[in-house]
Amino acid sequence: MKEIWITLATVIVAPLVGGVITGIDRKITARMQNRFGPPILQPFYDLFKLFSKETIVVSNTQILYAFLFLVFNIVAVVMFVLKMDLLLILFILAFATTALILGAMATNSPYSRIGAHRELISVLAYEPVLIAMIVAIYFVTGSFNIENILKHSRLLILDLPFIFIAFSYVLTIKLRKSPFDLSTSHHGHQELVKGITTEFAGPVLGLIELGHWYELVLLLLFVWLFFAKNIFVAIAAILICYFLEIVIDNISARLTWKIMLRLTWSVAFGFALVNLIWVYIKYRLL
Amino acid sequence: MLFRKALKKSPWIIHYDCNSCNGCDIEILATLTPVYDVERFGIINVGNPKHADILVVSGSVNHRNARVLKAIYEQMPHPKAVVAVGACACSGGIFKECYNTLGGADTVVPVDVYVPGCAPRPEAIMEGILKAAQLLEEKKNMKKGEILYVTKS
Repeated sequence: MKEIWITLATVIVAPLVGGVITGIDRKITARMQNRFGPPILQPFYDLFKLFSKETIVVSNTQILYAFLFLVFNIVAVVMFVLKMDLLLILFILAFATTALILGAMATNSPYSRIGAHRELISVLAYEPVLIAMIVAIYFVTGSFNIENILKHSRLLILDLPFIFIAFSYVLTIKLRKSPFDLSTSHHGHQELVKGITTEFAGPVLGLIELGHWYELVLLLLFVWLFFAKNIFVAIAAILICYFLEIVIDNISARLTWKIMLRLTWSVAFGFALVNLIWVYIKYRLL
Repeated sequence: MLFRKALKKSPWIIHYDCNSCNGCDIEILATLTPVYDVERFGIINVGNPKHADILVVSGSVNHRNARVLKAIYEQMPHPKAVVAVGACACSGGIFKECYNTLGGADTVVPVDVYVPGCAPRPEAIMEGILKAAQLLEEKKNMKKGEILYVTKS
């Protein structure tokens, strides 16, 4: 019974938090560019506007895929809050992205298709790091289950500093911020018309927007996991981490997918691998 | 409450240059810069008609670009509005009498707001877009394709 209430609360609260964070993001970005910026509630206006518009779809399967993207993201967030298997959450998150890619591929629009290809390449870039992160957490705590991970006696960040750096690195790709906003981008920028979301319009785009908010909350929960022992440190870490993402978003230009792949696989995955070997030796061999 | 205000608080624009001399386009792009900061009204420039609510047209319409303008307009989901920026987009301007010119943007698509001037100031363009955003609310309750006002006398 308790689980049902937690699920319900998560489904309602997560998009509110995600939307407000997106609004604050836009406000901070505006202040950095020396302008006033939209109201904090602007993302909600955008979302409600999208829902009150006409549905235009090229193929009906698009609606299904947009819906699946939202549902998989919701399931992933709920599973995290219910402290379930971390590995399964990662797979469900991958399913969500796959649904988006399939939705973009369901049409003949070249912009949407190139966006989908780029999204696939970003999946290729960040997925090894995420897997390495979860494997490293397993080496330290001996469990994939969040419930058991939280029982670990010390802060995870103390054992996994490089993993955290690698994770913050791929967070930029996952949040679709510069310099890695290849498949699509938020704010005013355009990439290949609108990349992966080109062919989604009206309420269907609204579903994807909503899915992004759940995804944002989930990614910030991943940050929280590293600092789970101390709630104040965790909140500070989330705020600093997200603020840095905004700063990087504002100071950097978009890079090509080749550079993205090279950088993530050498720098981020390198960092992750070093930490992985370190915790393996420390917790498994010694 | 949020839901009722949403349409006019978040107008995403798409900009199409029909044969303009680039004067109005520069002013439209100036409107979109941080100096005027249209994002505080929720205005975002999108490159995709399927995401857009307001079509901002500059320049006079001719036989070549009429079908492009029509195609962009038709790809936008209902409710949508059109803002004609500059003398050329309003009436054809000094090119009105030319043999290849059809006239203003209203010869092809139903224009809701005219922003006169050669070229209009960014403040005027901003006001025009916000007026069009107000109209979206009224247009929502109308049938698709129904025209709000009679645009040509």
